[in-house]
Amino acid sequence: MEKQLKILKYSDLSKLIEKFRSQGFPVLAPVRKGKVVEIEQVQSLDEIALDVLLSTQSAKKAAFPKVEKVLEYTLEKSGTKQFPVDPADYKETILFGVRPCDASGFKSLDAIFGEEPKDQFYLEKKEKSTIISFSCPVSDEYCFCTSVGGGPGNTAGSDLQFTGISKDEILVEILTEKGEKLAATFADLLTDAAKDIDKSKFLADVKVVFDVDGVVEKTTASFNNSALWLEQSLRCIGCGACAFVCPTCACFDFQDEQNTKKGVRLRLWDSCGFSLFTLHTSGHNPREVQSQRWRQRIMHKFAYMPEQLHVVGCEGCGRCSRACPVDMNIKEHLTAIGEMVKV
Amino acid sequence: MQEFEPKIVAFVCNWCTYAGADLTGTSRIKYSANVKIIRFPCTGRIDFMILMKAFENGADGIIVSGCHPNDCHYSTGNFHARRRWIVFRNLLNFSGIDTERIQFSWVSAAEGFKWADVVNNTVKKIREIGPYENYNKIAVSTLFKEEGATNE
Amino acid sequence: MSDLIKKVTALLNDKTINAFIGYEKGSADRIRATFIRNEDQAQKLILNASCTQNLAGYLLKHEVKKLGKLGILANVAALRSIMQLASEFQIKDGEVYVLFANADGSLTEFTDFKSIEAFLETTDTGIKSEEQEMIAKLEAMTVNERWLFWNKEFEKCIKCYACRAACPMCYCHRCTTDVNQPQWIPVASHELGNLDYHLMRAMHLAGRCVNCGECATACPMDIPLNLLTYQLISPIKATFGATAGMKADAVYALSTYKPDDKENFII
Repeated sequence: MEKQLKILKYSDLSKLIEKFRSQGFPVLAPVRKGKVVEIEQVQSLDEIALDVLLSTQSAKKAAFPKVEKVLEYTLEKSGTKQFPVDPADYKETILFGVRPCDASGFKSLDAIFGEEPKDQFYLEKKEKSTIISFSCPVSDEYCFCTSVGGGPGNTAGSDLQFTGISKDEILVEILTEKGEKLAATFADLLTDAAKDIDKSKFLADVKVVFDVDGVVEKTTASFNNSALWLEQSLRCIGCGACAFVCPTCACFDFQDEQNTKKGVRLRLWDSCGFSLFTLHTSGHNPREVQSQRWRQRIMHKFAYMPEQLHVVGCEGCGRCSRACPVDMNIKEHLTAIGEMVKV
Repeated sequence: MQEFEPKIVAFVCNWCTYAGADLTGTSRIKYSANVKIIRFPCTGRIDFMILMKAFENGADGIIVSGCHPNDCHYSTGNFHARRRWIVFRNLLNFSGIDTERIQFSWVSAAEGFKWADVVNNTVKKIREIGPYENYNKIAVSTLFKEEGATNE
Repeated sequence: MSDLIKKVTALLNDKTINAFIGYEKGSADRIRATFIRNEDQAQKLILNASCTQNLAGYLLKHEVKKLGKLGILANVAALRSIMQLASEFQIKDGEVYVLFANADGSLTEFTDFKSIEAFLETTDTGIKSEEQEMIAKLEAMTVNERWLFWNKEFEKCIKCYACRAACPMCYCHRCTTDVNQPQWIPVASHELGNLDYHLMRAMHLAGRCVNCGECATACPMDIPLNLLTYQLISPIKATFGATAGMKADAVYALSTYKPDDKENFII
């Protein structure tokens, strides 16, 4: 559909949240909790931290939460009875105040979970989420969205995008039909915008640091370059912080929890950084050391996903680098791969 | 409203307290039926995580009991256990878990009366404190929907 | 060229060590670990007040060990980690070359455990006053208030295990939380799984924690995990007379006993 431009007043934002709440939509938005910023359900505008650059975790949990029940069962004499969770029961949700990299991160997840057999738990939740992203007026040294095809005002994946264009006014871009439907519910707060507004003036300047095609090509050719992966990952301590804050990491694990009568099947986040991730029952571990796990992380995003799903599995948000306890900076490592002369 | 019946799990060693509890029975001493006894080879074997499992599965109180110091069948199991409990109690208390709900005791094979007292007093205490709401809120069972609410 | 760079270059050149674990400048204003194997790399080494990470955890990392004989730039926490690891038979005397950075920037060499022990005896190894205050604040609460405090903190946990990975004492090849027969700790990072995991970890570090604070620093969700293990330090010292990471031949407080250990809760 054709993009529509509207203007919303900052002073009307709290009315907006109220409208969403009164229609019964849960609103998920960034909330400050000490030093971390979480994406959580909010009741009013005061709770929302709109001034933060990025939430600590990505917005993926709206459609792919850290713990998700997919099945209940009872253990009876006659056998096991199953009660699957019905994705149709999920609620329409509004994801408010996330960044363009969060919104576009869903594109990668869509590609992964949309493969056959389709993952209804994710897809249904995603389908029922309307994403209102806020473009970025500032960035920091960890950001590199422009190097992986995104940008501070990237609209991919967003249904509506808000950009602050003055102290009082927000430019509202209505991007999808879902967005249009939602915008209709607060049309009284919107006025028409001038056609010639140059949004780019209000966006952060994020420098391009590497050529993504070059990085993809070189990463793809570097599977056997164990020296490269070792050198990059000596510092890596093998936790899962990077994967868990990443907007595109989609690996998961299933666990059953039960007592003698009942049980539930849970889907949980998993990370290729863990040694347990590939450990076989036999005791053999095909990714025995951390450098191989680091290779997997980079290759999955920059070789396998481009090859199989035609998307780069990275949005350049830099969350992994910020969250990393030992300062593994992905922007730096990718730049180094891009600059390699010999692969 | 029905009176609250505390669920108590007792982790006891094979050589002293279990035999002591046996003596309670053979001596026809009556004691509270709220306790479920689980026999271990030695208090030294009773890992702290086993106690946590009891709370997770709905216990309101726990009794841990074994041989008196110097009486351990394996010489030192109860000495090691004692150190572990000292530290574990500290940790539980600091983490906000009510240590009132865990009763540690030494009950020998000859102390049938003492066992009855330990159980009765613990049940009485837990009955006063009430169900372990905090833990019940996060227990394993909370993952299941209410009975009948499943979409069969 | 700084003394540190000179020293490390000399150590590498005369083959005293094959690799040196030190600090280099990281992203933005961060400092990070670096693994120096030649003179060129040695130029990256820095040393300043921000170099606080406990590097001792790397001494047991498989791929770092494979670099050969290791040297390390240690702070007090790292010295204590080395002592504790030695007492747990993870590092042998003389296996690691230790350089300690004094407050004035001068370097002290430690070639054996005895000298580290002697040094630690006269060094302040206690926890910081703000951490002590936080513990006191928590201790002053009611049990229920503490429960709510930790409940709120653990709610944030995403089970990335950064705390475990960053801890120099968490070196088990198979952590309890990875054991699934039986499944001691629920894998899920729901309330129960998080509580179980953190209590288990704190208990397994009781009497072993060297109060370096890496767990809390590493936590991306900013949970003050260090308080759990720090709180146990003084009761363990008071009751058993044991402090972790002070002696290379120390016995772990929970694997020994005294017949007259004092308690006041067993009837």
